[in-house]
Amino acid sequence: MSHLTAWPVFLPLITGFILILAHMGGIRLQRAISFLAVIGLVLLSVALILATSTDQYQVYLLGNWTAPFGIVLVLDRLSALMVLITSLLAVGALWYAMTTDTDKKGAHFHILFQLQLFGLNGAFLTGDVFNLFVFFEVLLLASYGLLLHGNGRLRTKAGLHYVVINLVGSTLFLFAVGALYGVLGTLNIADMAAKIAVAPQEDLGVIAAAGLLLLVVFGVKAAMFPLYLWMPSAYANTSAPVAALFAIMTKVGIYSIIRIHGTIFGSEAGELSYFYAPWVLGLGLVTLFLAALGVMAARGLREQVAYLVLASVATLLVGVGLMSAEALNATLYYLIHSTLIAGAMFLLADVVLRGRGAYEDRFESGPFMPNAILIGSVFMIGAIAMTGMPPLSGFFGKVLILSAALDDSWFAVIITVVLVSGLITILSMARSGSLIFYRTLSDESISSSERGEPLNRMAFIAVIGLLLSSPILVVFAQPITAFTEATAHQVFNSAAYIEAVLSTPMVTEANK
Amino acid sequence: MEWLISLAIGVLTATGVYLTLRARTFPVVLGLTLLAYAVNIFLFAMGRLTVGLPAVIDKTAEAAQYSDPLPQALVLTAIVIAFGMTAFLIVLALKARGELGNDHVDGLDTESNKEAK
Repeated sequence: MSHLTAWPVFLPLITGFILILAHMGGIRLQRAISFLAVIGLVLLSVALILATSTDQYQVYLLGNWTAPFGIVLVLDRLSALMVLITSLLAVGALWYAMTTDTDKKGAHFHILFQLQLFGLNGAFLTGDVFNLFVFFEVLLLASYGLLLHGNGRLRTKAGLHYVVINLVGSTLFLFAVGALYGVLGTLNIADMAAKIAVAPQEDLGVIAAAGLLLLVVFGVKAAMFPLYLWMPSAYANTSAPVAALFAIMTKVGIYSIIRIHGTIFGSEAGELSYFYAPWVLGLGLVTLFLAALGVMAARGLREQVAYLVLASVATLLVGVGLMSAEALNATLYYLIHSTLIAGAMFLLADVVLRGRGAYEDRFESGPFMPNAILIGSVFMIGAIAMTGMPPLSGFFGKVLILSAALDDSWFAVIITVVLVSGLITILSMARSGSLIFYRTLSDESISSSERGEPLNRMAFIAVIGLLLSSPILVVFAQPITAFTEATAHQVFNSAAYIEAVLSTPMVTEANK
Repeated sequence: MEWLISLAIGVLTATGVYLTLRARTFPVVLGLTLLAYAVNIFLFAMGRLTVGLPAVIDKTAEAAQYSDPLPQALVLTAIVIAFGMTAFLIVLALKARGELGNDHVDGLDTESNKEAK
């Protein structure tokens, strides 16, 4: 039992506490501590990836209680991958927040940021359903604070909706967990999966209902149709670094579906094996189509990027709903790509907003912004990656998902919806790009008060850095897909997960 | 006792859902609180209903002679979290009332609101 497993959870928590004390030390001290912690988190998650490369499950018994009596942290390839994506995204978001002084707009930005990471990493590592609920609450409470950081009427309004719908989601989560506990008598994910296989016939209805209730909860997090309406306005109205970090928040829902449903209702579950997959697939397709319409109808760049995030989440749902190791492999590859690129696009939308002054990010002809050629070129690269055109990683991800879909009986519908919505997003991005960068107004018609500020080069590094992940994903596609393929196989081998968690012995003097 | 508990959960949930769907922030807060109460009783009942039995296992007692302690711990956690969230929501609702000029959940465009723009 290595303590490495617990560090990604405790590092942000401890940093959060230190930051509270460092509050008197001024913003520079807070920035230094916060940034160092995030860099440390990246190094830690690389170590985690290496630790999982042997297909071993690292089970950490909190308080040295064996599962299923105590809470366990379980590290496998999937959790290590999610922690790595989170920390990379956090570096980009935090760098942008520091260089643009977003973190000065209100108190406690860095503390909330670290507690957000604490909640995220905890949710990715826990092996207990109720503990997952607690970590969800931690990350949500931090996200409420971050979402409302700074001020603004629209931000408050969107924030109120976000908070209320997530509170309803939390209540449903508790109902589902309670029902599962009442029937199965356990809260440990592995133990639940083991008990479901031997559950009496008359209990299966309750278990299925609780499983679908959990799907609704994760659907709220992942912004699945019809529970996505809170998402575009909340993401479009918050500050850019927060929106960039929130690119991982929707993926928490996706991860939870893969982890909880994939393990509890996996191949071992007998009659309930993968009963949820058609729901995920169908709702994913509807979400994808509506997201594409949203991309087309968006009135501003930030709203458009929010809908693009929705489209990428929907593509992931389709991949999860296909329920094959091949499809899951493609889904995980697309997940890495879409999270990092979505973060970059939120930051880029903010760069555009600052450059256009009074015209903000609205789709109307504005002034010729400073450094338009550089920003425009980067925008084009980001748009290519985001909409899934060759030669960048979005294209490869989509091709992998579509080729996995060929085995499904619904393949014609899936391919049609994915391709048509892809076409709609490409057209919309082309339109918004040309509106913002080509059709500019002449200099005389703009008063100086309406002009934007020059490009913040330090902040722009964050955008470039996150966007670089796309060519890296293509150039190193072979090792990365090898990793995601091994991850997908590990996820599908739920028997090994159950075995590993339930057989981990207590730490004694002898086996220290 | 079972029918009384289930009736209580049902009425609390129904009232909570109704109030959550109202258009003003204060009924929504009340609705979410009632939903939290309902889910707490539901969680508690999931450990099976017993009367007058201890939650701590006595070595001499038989296995059926105690009430399940885990749901009680879960409810305690859930109560604390629900309290925290309600407090946050009330503050947020007050902030929204101040910034949007009314207590409608969508921040309606009233006359006073238009002037404030």
